[in-house]
Amino acid sequence: MVDNVNTSSSDIILDVRNLKTYFGTGEKAVRAVDDVSFQMQRGKTLCIVGESGSGKTVAARSILQIVDPPGRIMGGQLLYNAGGEAGNATVDLAKLHPRGKEIRDIRGHDIAMIFQEPMTSLSPIHTIGNQICEAILLHQNVDKAEARARAIELLRRVEIPNPGVAIDKYTFEYSGGMRQRAMIAMALACNPKILIADEPTTALDVTTQAEILALIKELQISYGMAVLFITHDMGVVAEIADEIGVMLNGKLLEFGPAEQIFYSSQNEYTGRLIDSVRKLETSARRARKSTVSDRKLLEVRGVSKIYPGRKTFLGSSKASAPFKALDNVSIDLYEGENLGIVGESGSGKTTLGNCLIRVLSLTDGEVLYRMGDGQIVDLAKSNKHDLRAVHREVRMVFQDPFASLNPRMTIGQIVGEPLLVNGVAKGIELRNRVADLLATVGMPPAAMERYPHAFSGGQRQRIGIARALALNPRLIIADEATSALDVTLRSQILDLLLDLQDKLNLSFILISHDIGVIRYFCDRVAVMYKGQIVETGLADKICGAPEHPYTKALISAVPGTHPRDKRIVNRHRYTLDPAGGKAA
Amino acid sequence: MLSYIFRRLLSAIPFLFMVSLTVFILIQLPPGDFVDSWAAAQSASGEVVDMAMMADMRHRYGLDQNILVQYFHWIVGIMQGDFGYSFEWNSPVSALIGERMNLTLILSVGTLFLTWGLALPIGIYSAVKRYSIGDYVFTFFGFIGLAVPHFLIALVLMYISVKFWSLDVTGLFSDEYSNAAWSWGRLNDLLHHLWIPTLILGLGATASLIRIMRANLIDQLYMPYVVTARAKGLSEVRLLMKYPVRIALNPFVSTIGMMLPQLVSGGVILSIVLNLPTAGPLLYRALLSQDIYLSGAFLLLLSMLTVVGTLISDVLLVILDPRIRLEQ
Amino acid sequence: MSELNTPAAAAVQVNMANLRGGIEYASQWTLMWLRFKKHKVALVSMYIVLALYMTAVFSEFLAPFDPEIALRAEGEYKAKAYHPPQGIHLFDTTHGIRFSPYVEVLKEKVDPETLRKLYVSDADRKIPLSFFAHGFSYKFLGLVKTDIHLFGPQKKGDVFYLFGSDRNGRDMFSRVIYGGRFTLSLGLIGVMMSVVFGIFLGGISGYYGGKIDWVVQRLVEFIISLPTIPIWLAMAAALPKNWPPQYRYMAVTLIISLIGWTQLARVVRGRLMSMRGEVFVVAAHLDGCSEWRVIFRHMLPSLASHIIAAVTLSIPLMIVAETSLSFLGLGLQPPAISWGVLLTEAQNIRSIAVAPWLFIPGGAVVIAVLALNFMGDGLRDAADPYSH
Repeated sequence: MVDNVNTSSSDIILDVRNLKTYFGTGEKAVRAVDDVSFQMQRGKTLCIVGESGSGKTVAARSILQIVDPPGRIMGGQLLYNAGGEAGNATVDLAKLHPRGKEIRDIRGHDIAMIFQEPMTSLSPIHTIGNQICEAILLHQNVDKAEARARAIELLRRVEIPNPGVAIDKYTFEYSGGMRQRAMIAMALACNPKILIADEPTTALDVTTQAEILALIKELQISYGMAVLFITHDMGVVAEIADEIGVMLNGKLLEFGPAEQIFYSSQNEYTGRLIDSVRKLETSARRARKSTVSDRKLLEVRGVSKIYPGRKTFLGSSKASAPFKALDNVSIDLYEGENLGIVGESGSGKTTLGNCLIRVLSLTDGEVLYRMGDGQIVDLAKSNKHDLRAVHREVRMVFQDPFASLNPRMTIGQIVGEPLLVNGVAKGIELRNRVADLLATVGMPPAAMERYPHAFSGGQRQRIGIARALALNPRLIIADEATSALDVTLRSQILDLLLDLQDKLNLSFILISHDIGVIRYFCDRVAVMYKGQIVETGLADKICGAPEHPYTKALISAVPGTHPRDKRIVNRHRYTLDPAGGKAA
Repeated sequence: MLSYIFRRLLSAIPFLFMVSLTVFILIQLPPGDFVDSWAAAQSASGEVVDMAMMADMRHRYGLDQNILVQYFHWIVGIMQGDFGYSFEWNSPVSALIGERMNLTLILSVGTLFLTWGLALPIGIYSAVKRYSIGDYVFTFFGFIGLAVPHFLIALVLMYISVKFWSLDVTGLFSDEYSNAAWSWGRLNDLLHHLWIPTLILGLGATASLIRIMRANLIDQLYMPYVVTARAKGLSEVRLLMKYPVRIALNPFVSTIGMMLPQLVSGGVILSIVLNLPTAGPLLYRALLSQDIYLSGAFLLLLSMLTVVGTLISDVLLVILDPRIRLEQ
Repeated sequence: MSELNTPAAAAVQVNMANLRGGIEYASQWTLMWLRFKKHKVALVSMYIVLALYMTAVFSEFLAPFDPEIALRAEGEYKAKAYHPPQGIHLFDTTHGIRFSPYVEVLKEKVDPETLRKLYVSDADRKIPLSFFAHGFSYKFLGLVKTDIHLFGPQKKGDVFYLFGSDRNGRDMFSRVIYGGRFTLSLGLIGVMMSVVFGIFLGGISGYYGGKIDWVVQRLVEFIISLPTIPIWLAMAAALPKNWPPQYRYMAVTLIISLIGWTQLARVVRGRLMSMRGEVFVVAAHLDGCSEWRVIFRHMLPSLASHIIAAVTLSIPLMIVAETSLSFLGLGLQPPAISWGVLLTEAQNIRSIAVAPWLFIPGGAVVIAVLALNFMGDGLRDAADPYSH
């Protein structure tokens, strides 16, 4: 079933044979990992890729026997060969008692692990130093002072600035990227032979992800570790994998060298995964007839949003400085245009979207909107009544398709709500309008009687779009409208929006952190960084030949889909922000 | 940290002011005053009380003054350690309440410690061995402890001990010690009597604490940081104690603030039933006879006890949890 | 327009095909009920609670005797005090087995050694019972005058004591049933008052936030940190002694709910606070809904289930409070009958040593409180059927 890679046995550090990990027993058992076999080679990186629920994380955790109950290894072998002077003694990890001394001596010492969410994967109430020293003291015969010295050295090794101070800080005082570095330091504490990395960059921004990937690669070479990298992101796989295993529903579909998988995969599923990523490396907007006119629809002038700092009351809490979420942002939108706003977390892109539609009030600046009747309204100063009129023309599609639909209302009620409260339609006419709207987004009219819980994420997002279309809007602001969806669904939703634009004379503002989505969908792009727009330009230009150093760093950090062209090695680093986060 | 404690103490002042105001309003609520009820009692026993005499008494006790003036006198007096005068006992309030408040404190704090001592290990056991027989047994007793009012448990216990062991479980001292000065013998005697009310009082509180600890710990047991620590090679027991238990302890500690009002509350009714020489029975009597300064002193001190409890738990929480400590 | 984007539309249809069944048409109440039903203890508790409230509604019909009257059997010159409970025999075996419920008469005797009164069985004398027997007259549901009771002695004038008799020779069984009416209704009415306070204050606190929120939150914190029983006692002691029972009933209810609302206010506020930021609420605003429509059409339905659960969990607190206050003589007072009032009889150690059945009202309290707690727990777990 699976091609075995031909290598001599001494190069193989871990040989997984027919691993079966089930949750529960008997007929009803969930076969999270079902008869999976692969080999890891010394000093090489194996990527296991799959969508959520494919069993990739459970497979990784099975190696250390740390699967949460009721998960249990039901069969197979985990042959670990430490190599070196110990001779070729091979241990079957699956045979060891999960709470016994033997497996505990291997955990953290021979095989170390890092996790997806560095915030929750580190204890919130122990210092970073405490948690690193613990690993050292557990496996090495050193005293506390020595352990501390080593921990500081490890923090320096993972490029944490000022490690002597940082060691006594708590997790919540670190930024996301720093936390992941600290976790890597902890994993390296005992020079492990294998590093298992379970989606270590999924929760991170793309530039931080590039830094962490580069760090892992560099450490792998200098420590001579084998790395088992679990991810759902084919881009990341292309950047770092020597070998690849593709998992789906607990089965290993394919296992082989990276180049083979990427360039000559025979498996249909693998092909689809790769295609859906490569599709987002093209522009669908350019392939269509341009709808951009030269009439300005929206003119944003010097918009700022400042959150006041906390004042002290009876000294009950520490005062904090005011926070500038938006700093003098100006941008135009033309009728029929798709404007992308791209930026990393904390860049202020979502705040901008909320300010444009006045979900948030503005501290300063004006948002001039040309209504359908030609009248120009400053949204920043509009009263409730004017805003209601504007909100009929400017609609929003939200990020989370689960949170944005009221679970207690039927689809018919949700989509019909704007029509009803604006007095557009009621009764049988309302039903017909809703059915039309649902048809527009490719949903059957039977959906009307159902509740949101009956639908998948992609379907819900379509319903959200139908609601946005209900009042024949002229502008739709889509805030990360595809981020919560699987990669295969993203281009579908974007295609739907582009189809609608061809028919309905719409303009879009698409807010996203995902360069691929922006490139696919937008005419023009504004890049945001720390509350400011650092660069604006045509989508091709921004994504192909950016000028601002931050944009360069951002674009070059996006993983490609070609293992032969490893982009992050040659990435551009933006020096203002060296460690991928602010120093603690 | 010290400044936090200081600030926290400062913020308790308006709180205490509110408490004193509430208490004063409460004791002024009943229609009529002490002189009225005294006069009623006198005429019931055949004595003649004329209006002049009543007015004279009112004047003597300051009951004819403006209510704000009365409050002012009362609160200023308390700040100087003068809790006023008990009309019924013909003695200064401070002389009546001292020992009773001490015993109330001993009972409440003793119960608190007992509650913790029982709830912590049982809570850990119930969380780790979820859905085991032991867990179900503790859950069952927990629900009983929560559902049965204190006084009912006390009554049943009184009944059982009289019926089957011919034992008197009322009071906190044997006869020979009840009015004696403090001595080792008296302390020993107290401890011998104390455990029954402590146990009764602690039952409900222990039950709710076990549930809190169990729920918190279960939340923590499957947190990612536990998996991280396990992946380091830590043994299960050390892992459990260092991470999830330690973190589940924080909400546990913050329950003192919630626990003490309950314990003081329950203590009042329990000591009325068991006739303990604590605040309860005397407060009860004072309320019935409108002996306002006596009841006022008890109400104020009991409420203060709970305010202090909240204060202690806030401070402990700051010491235990770096997230809160560094917020401050 | 269905011709557009055919592959995507097809993908949607494939998924829709899997959804035939019914659950996707289920409203939140249906989903809550489905989840609640899985919790067997809660389900049983719900039936117990329903049964208890039924006895409160139909007390007159269920009680065989007038709870106020000292029962005197025909030919006796005084009522029997502390008469022990008599078991009901369902089958008469004297002439073969025949369904014919009866109780055995107990004879009064004096123990020659201790000189204490004893009741011994007199197997020869039976009091036959029957369903729908005639007893004291009352108005069924306050409307129809009748004297039919669910069960009672066949011969009007006979007496029996299912739960024994009290100091005055009144039937404890009837008294416990009547007591439930006061205690349980007080719990319900008290909770309703709490709901009014709690939803109003918690609502404005959570919805408007800011200064109003600050003030309400300090007030809630203040009340929570007060020891409730001493405060209740002080308030109850302030009630005029000569008030008629119905005034006292309302006053005690009010006193208890004055403190009980804080928990509800917290629940309401917390829910509102978290919901104010929910995306679907923002979406409702952008749809053009007025403030009122957002609150009542979009927020309240999600709140309702949580309020119901919190309310159910508050009732037992009210019941315990009433029982405790009445037990100390500061709550309801005779001639009103509540479980707390009945338990005052058990205050005296000598009485309970002679008549341990005086604890029975306490057992009723425990059953009611437990059942309400379990039911409330189940409701709380089911309150958000969309989690997980």
